[in-house]
Amino acid sequence: MRLPVTAWASITHRATGVFLFAGIALMLWALDGSLADPAGFNALEETLAHPLLKLVIWAVVSALIYHALAGIKHLVMDMGFGETMAAGILGVRVVWALAAVLIVFAGIWIW
Amino acid sequence: MVTSVTSLGRSGLYDWFVQRASALILLAYFLFLGWTLVAGVDYASWKALFSQTWMRVFSLLALVSLCAHAWVGLWTVFTDYLTERMLGSAGGIVRLLAEAISALVIFTYLVWGIQILWGL
Repeated sequence: MRLPVTAWASITHRATGVFLFAGIALMLWALDGSLADPAGFNALEETLAHPLLKLVIWAVVSALIYHALAGIKHLVMDMGFGETMAAGILGVRVVWALAAVLIVFAGIWIW
Repeated sequence: MVTSVTSLGRSGLYDWFVQRASALILLAYFLFLGWTLVAGVDYASWKALFSQTWMRVFSLLALVSLCAHAWVGLWTVFTDYLTERMLGSAGGIVRLLAEAISALVIFTYLVWGIQILWGL
């Protein structure tokens, strides 16, 4: 599909939102285990150390990072800033660049 | 004014506001959680944090915000893509089904979250 970058940014914002809705189950499951008792906390730490689960957590954290940044851009535009096409494209590039950096940092932190 | 019975507040303006207010609460909560986790936690400090009343209030506020935010967001996505125009005559029933499942999952998250926070 030939769409402007702003459209792709919007679609990604929606897709990450739907993905995060499923990711909440993982977060609640982890919160539940971590607060149960010391054994549960340690068991969770061991489970989360599995490479496949680390990948899933990175995916959820990455989606959260992008969704939050795209959301902040939305709020900025709601206040009337950057509503022209040129500014909109610049906004998307800023969000993508910041998201990329933060996602890499998140990956380093997880591994 | 045309209203939709499945939108959160029967009003686009109300939903628009709820989406933004809940977004700010969720942003604050996840920034705080992220900061706490990156700083490092063990069981004792983690448990102590979630034993504080203010943290339980903050967490419940974030959970309720999440439920509202997820409903407005999913409703927006469903009413855009799960339609008669996109799916033919089955569109309406598919959308209603998706909304029903989402509502059930959101309610489950809410009850589950309260159960975790108050250790019932």
